[in-house]
Amino acid sequence: MFTHDVIVIGGGLAGMRAAIESSRYADTVIVSRVHPLRSHSGAAQGGINAALGNMEGSRDDNWEKHAYDTIKGSDFLADQDSVEVLTKEAPERIIEMEHWGCPFSRTDEGKIAQRSFGGAGYPRTCYAADKTGHYLLVTAYEQVVKRTIKVYDEWFVTSLIVENGKIKSVMALDILTGDSEVFKAKAVILATGGAGWIYAKSTNSMIDTGSGMAIAYKAGIALEDMEFVQFHPTAMYPTGILITEGARGEGGYLVNSRGERFMQRYAPKALELAPRDVVSRSIQTETDEGRGVKDAFIHLDLRHLGKEKILSRLPGTRDLAIEFSGVDPINEPIPIQPAQHYTMGGVDYNAKCETSVKGLYAAGECACVSVHGANRLGGNSLLETLVFGKIAGEQAGTFAKNISPDGRKDVEFQQALTSEQDRIRHFFEGSCDEDPSVLREEMRTTMAEKVFLFRTKQQLAEASEKVGELQKRFNHFRPIAGHKICNLDLIRALELEDMLALSEVIVASAPSREESRGSHVRLDFPKRNDVRFLKHTLAYRTLDRPRIEYSEVKITKFQPEERKC
Amino acid sequence: MLKPALGKVQIRIQRFDPETDPAPHYDTFEILTKPGMTVLDALFRVLEEKDGSLAFRYSCRSAVCGSCAMFINGRPRLACETRLSTMDSIVTIGPLPHLPVVRDLIVDLQPYYQKLDMVKPYFEARESYPEKEFIQTPKDREAIDTAIDCIDCGACFSFCPLTWTDPKYPGPAAFVKSYRFIADTRDTGKSERLKAVGCEDGVWRCHTVFSCADSCPKSINPTNFIQQLKRKATKLSILQLRPPQSGQADR
Repeated sequence: MFTHDVIVIGGGLAGMRAAIESSRYADTVIVSRVHPLRSHSGAAQGGINAALGNMEGSRDDNWEKHAYDTIKGSDFLADQDSVEVLTKEAPERIIEMEHWGCPFSRTDEGKIAQRSFGGAGYPRTCYAADKTGHYLLVTAYEQVVKRTIKVYDEWFVTSLIVENGKIKSVMALDILTGDSEVFKAKAVILATGGAGWIYAKSTNSMIDTGSGMAIAYKAGIALEDMEFVQFHPTAMYPTGILITEGARGEGGYLVNSRGERFMQRYAPKALELAPRDVVSRSIQTETDEGRGVKDAFIHLDLRHLGKEKILSRLPGTRDLAIEFSGVDPINEPIPIQPAQHYTMGGVDYNAKCETSVKGLYAAGECACVSVHGANRLGGNSLLETLVFGKIAGEQAGTFAKNISPDGRKDVEFQQALTSEQDRIRHFFEGSCDEDPSVLREEMRTTMAEKVFLFRTKQQLAEASEKVGELQKRFNHFRPIAGHKICNLDLIRALELEDMLALSEVIVASAPSREESRGSHVRLDFPKRNDVRFLKHTLAYRTLDRPRIEYSEVKITKFQPEERKC
Repeated sequence: MLKPALGKVQIRIQRFDPETDPAPHYDTFEILTKPGMTVLDALFRVLEEKDGSLAFRYSCRSAVCGSCAMFINGRPRLACETRLSTMDSIVTIGPLPHLPVVRDLIVDLQPYYQKLDMVKPYFEARESYPEKEFIQTPKDREAIDTAIDCIDCGACFSFCPLTWTDPKYPGPAAFVKSYRFIADTRDTGKSERLKAVGCEDGVWRCHTVFSCADSCPKSINPTNFIQQLKRKATKLSILQLRPPQSGQADR
C-alpha cells in the first residue's frame, strides 16, 4: 500500500505539468502506464498556440482573437469561459516552458518563432522545428527530475475508488511485477490522454486506449461530447502516422490524382489551411468520388518548398516519410489519408479542473472542459495540457494540503484491493475461446468504417449493434497467458475492456445528435441545429446502455454564427 | 513506395522469465509478412497469433518515443522503424545488451535514467529571468541542434563499451544531455557542468570507438559531442590557469 497526498495518473505533458504545480503544495507522485518520456505528448509535432505577437503581421494579435478563432473552430460548442482561461494563460505557460529551457525555434530577432495553422487568423503557433511535443515533453520531464517528483512508471491504473462522492484511492497494477497495489490519496488528477486506438486508422500511440476515461466512467463520472472525434487530414498511408499540419502551414499543397489542388473547390480562401474537419472531409470526398491516387490516398506535395526549407522547418516530417512511406518529400509527394487524431470528448470537468467527485481532478486530452467543442484547432491541445495541467495541480495540491487524512484503517483499503485482485484474476480463468485480438480488430474496423468522417443513422445503428455484440463476446474471453511479469496479454485485455466501454459511449452519443457540427457530420442531418443541439452530450454509465443527458454551452462574448472557410 | 516483402520470415526471439527460467533461451516463430511490415508488427503478430506470453515495450510506433529499442540482428535498433524487407529471412531479436533483463525483450532502464542524473539534466539560468522569453538568435539556437533530439531509448548506453566497464561513467546520452545545456546560450551553469563531465570518469574516459553514433536511431553522433566537451573542458582548464588533473591526458 502506498500513501501520498496527490496522485497524478498519467505522465504526459498534462500530468507532469500538474505534478510540478501540485508538488509545491503537497506530496505528489505520478503513476503512469509508461515512463513519462514515452508519452504520446511527445508525438505532437506542429506547435502550441499563444497570442505572443512575435511575427511580422501578428503584432496586434491578442487572447481575444485567439479565443474567437478557437470558439469559431469549435463550431460554437466550446465553453467560452474555459476558452478564456485557455487563451489568456497561454503566453504565460509558453514563456514558462521557455524559461525551463524548451528549445523553441527563433525569429530573426531571437524571439519564439510562430507559424500559421489552420483556422487561425494570425501566425500564432509557437514551434520548435516539427518536434514541438517532444521538446516540451523532455523539458517538463527535466523539471520533474529537478523537483525529484516520484514517478511510479509502468503502473497501469485499473480503477478509482470513490465513496460518498469523494475519491479515496486508486488501484494499480505494477506491469513489471504483476502485483496490484492500493494508492491512498487525498486528491487524484486524471491526465491519461486520448482514446485514439479504438479506431483502426489513427495517428495516436498504441497506448492511447482511453483507460483513464473508462475508469472515471465506471466510477460514475459523465463522459462529455464523446461523439466528437477529430480526424487529421494528413496521416501517412497506410500506417496512419502523423504528418504535421505545419507541413501545410509552411506552404504544402494537397493534390489529387489529376494533379489538382482540390481545396480550391472546398475552401477557396483558406485552402489547405482550412480547419482540420473541413480538410479531412474534402480529402475523403476526393477519394470517394474517384479522384484519389490508387483510390486510396491523395498527395501532400512539399517539393516546391525546396530542400533547404524542408530540412530546416520540417526535418522530422522528412524522416518519418522516408522511414515509414519510403518517399523523400524533397523529391516525391507524400501519400496521405485522414485518420483519427484527437478525442475532443472526455471526462466532464470544469475550468477549475474539478470533476463531480470531490478530490478528483482532470486535465488534458482525457478530459473535456470544453475548449475544443466540436472541432479542435491545431496547436490548442499542447496548450490545453499546460494550462489545465497547471490549474489541476494547483487545485489538487491546495485541496490536499488543507484537508486532514481520513481516519480509515488500512484494512478497509486492503478489502478493496482484494476485490480488485479477484476481478483481475477472473481474466485468467474460464474455458471460453473468444480471441481478444480478433475482438480488438473488429472494434477498430467498425469504428473506422461506421463512425468516421461521414455518419448516418443506419451506420451508427450498425456500429451500436456490433459494439454490443463485441461486449457480449468479450465476456467469453479465452483465459489469458498465466505469467505475472510484464503480462502484455493481461494489460491489453484490460485496455480492450475499456475501449469497448468508450466505443459504446461514442455510438450511444452520436445518433442522438441529429445535426452536423464540427467533426460530427451526419449525411442525414447536414445542417447545424443550434435550437436543438447547442449543448453538450453527457453519457452516464448504467447497468444497461449509457444514459444520455445534455448540458448548456457557456456563451459569454461570441454569439454563434455560421462557420465559413 | 515500399517494396513488398511477401513471404515468410523466421523470427528468433530471446526469451527469459526470471520466475521460471534458469537462463535465457531462443524461441523461433515463422510468420507471414506483408508489405511495409516492421519488426514491431512482427512481434505483435507473434504475441497475437503464436505466443501470448511474449513481452516487449511499445508506444508511438513512429520512432519518436524510444520505447521499442532492442537488439535486432546484432545491433540496437527501434523495432517500429526496422522494416523486415531490409532484413534477412531470419531475424534475431534480443533485449538491449548489458542491461538487466526484466522479461524477454524488456530491460530495466533504471541504470540509464540514474546516470542521466549525474549531469544535472535540467536547465538552469541563475540571472533574473526576463519578463518574456530569453532572446536567442536562430544561429545560437542551432548550436544545440540534434543534441536535443535524443529520445532516451538507451541504445547508445547499452552499446558503449565504457558503460559496461566503468560504473562511474555517465554514458553517451548523458554527455549529449550535458552538451545540450552547455551549448545553450541561455543556460548559466556552464563551468559547473563542464567540471562534472570533464573528469577522469567523464568524457576523458571515452575511447572514441563511435559505438554510440553507430547505434543511435535518431542519427545523433554523441562521440562528436563528447569530443566538443573535451575541447571545452580543456579550454576552461587553461582559462583557469591550472593544468589538467592527473590521469586526464593519457587516457
